[in-house]
Amino acid sequence: MSQSILDVQEVDVQLAGRKILDGVSFSVAPGQFTGLIGSNGAGKTTLLRVILGLQGATAGRVLLAGHPRSRRNPLVGYVPQKFLLDPDLPMRARDLVGLGLDAQRLGIPRPSRERRVLIEQMLEQVDAARFADARVGRLSGGEQQRVLIAHALISRPRLLLLDEPLANLDLRSASEVVTLLARITREQEIAVLISAHEINPLLGAMDSVVYMAGGRAASGATDEVVRADVLSELYGHHVDVLDVHGRILVIAGAGDTRDLAGHEGVFPHAPPS
Amino acid sequence: MSATAAAVFAPGLFASEAVHIAAGVGALVAVVAGLVGVFTVTRGQSFAGEAFGDIGATGGSGAFLVSVGPLWGFIAGNLLAACAMELIGIQRPRGRDLATGIVLGAGIGLAALFLYLDTTYHNTTGAAVTILFGSVFAITHSTLPLIALLSAIVIVTVAVIYRPLLLSTVSAEMAAARGVPVRLVGALYLLALALATALAAITIGTILSTALLIGPAATAIRLTTRPLLAIVTAAAIGIAVMWAGIVLAYDSYEWPPAHHGWPVSFFVVTLVFVAYLLSGLPGLLERRRAAIAPPREPAPAAARAES
Repeated sequence: MSQSILDVQEVDVQLAGRKILDGVSFSVAPGQFTGLIGSNGAGKTTLLRVILGLQGATAGRVLLAGHPRSRRNPLVGYVPQKFLLDPDLPMRARDLVGLGLDAQRLGIPRPSRERRVLIEQMLEQVDAARFADARVGRLSGGEQQRVLIAHALISRPRLLLLDEPLANLDLRSASEVVTLLARITREQEIAVLISAHEINPLLGAMDSVVYMAGGRAASGATDEVVRADVLSELYGHHVDVLDVHGRILVIAGAGDTRDLAGHEGVFPHAPPS
Repeated sequence: MSATAAAVFAPGLFASEAVHIAAGVGALVAVVAGLVGVFTVTRGQSFAGEAFGDIGATGGSGAFLVSVGPLWGFIAGNLLAACAMELIGIQRPRGRDLATGIVLGAGIGLAALFLYLDTTYHNTTGAAVTILFGSVFAITHSTLPLIALLSAIVIVTVAVIYRPLLLSTVSAEMAAARGVPVRLVGALYLLALALATALAAITIGTILSTALLIGPAATAIRLTTRPLLAIVTAAAIGIAVMWAGIVLAYDSYEWPPAHHGWPVSFFVVTLVFVAYLLSGLPGLLERRRAAIAPPREPAPAAARAES
């Protein structure tokens, strides 16, 4: 197990008497692209916050590269949820990427050639060089995602966590972001854990999946987890998993639909492939 | 000296010691206000800045009552207010306006009492006017070391926490995920804001102090796209309006009613306002042009974000 970059072991989180996470366990290998799939309220954000150390676990533990996480952890990069920057922020895309290098340090950053080159390279890697000098809050949602990904990656983490990065994006921008993440994962051996309420945009890129419902999780290779028996067990009632021309639809079984109400994975609105 | 220059710079302007002190203090305070103000505007804490300004009136009137310099009162009042806001929970998203509003209300209530006592015991209304609307010409030699010390404290504090503060301004969550102690950084910034407002209060009065803090910063943010450049621009605009205000106030000595001079704070605040309005012109013209000419393909990022 020690070669895993991330080990989540039997994590429980209770908030105000409600169980948000219930015995969640899974691990992520270096360079692996993992989808964290579940509807709103399934516990995805809480799980990511536990991994980041922003939320304490009631029970269980999280290991990063085999060690308990320390407060300042350069191993993990993070792109938060539903994030649109203030349009008036006096900051260019390249300034925000630069903050990714050393925002935790004190003092005013000294401009240096080395710093400039690092930022420039990072911007190119995420195809953000052409809007590097634009006011970052005025960029489109997809462009802002690229800048935030560059901000998270420039400090060379080994694990990148992204919370619903596709939520505000149109289908084309979403698939561009996924392609970009898959490429970076491959080229730089960075593990990616990306949360989404819709599995289909990630199918082509995903090595493994953590599927969440009601605070519990099932994990493994995609075809081992996204199956009627595994997901029925997870949801606590019968669901069907349909493969429609390479897209996956998870549909509540006859007679019991209440837990799936509002679960966006059930609707056949996946992108045409 | 040409005739125009002679008309603008009234005789004796450059020889007056009060003008020297005013110009020096005005410039220093403008730099402090620019540095802190850019963060105040981008963090959406203008209301807290305004509250510190108003609570400065409480501190200043209290100081007058016990016969110490008003700056001491501003400092004490604002620092107490900062602690109260922090305790009530200014750093929770929903607590921000609430904490500020509650502390502001309590502070102004006390100011009402202190100003009443000031006028009763000292038999003058001059104190109220000086505290509320200030006069950069009234700053005495003996206050200068304290002003310099306070300015240094604020500048050093913000410079030291610059990067963590900037990232937690962009996103508290991203900063926390990197191990930035967001709450501590926020509290240190609040203290810097409290002291900066006290400094602005000594130059243009407690009520108007936010204008110097927010106005040049908001103007600079419209004009530049880089954080450090925004701070430098805000400071430069602040110095320009302070100095122009001082010159105009000195000139107004000859304006009706003659031989009194209009309040310098009026000129400074009006110039701040004019600068802010003017800084909106480029953006307005651009939108006008964009509305007349159909956008070229592909649409620029800025236009997309605004649509």
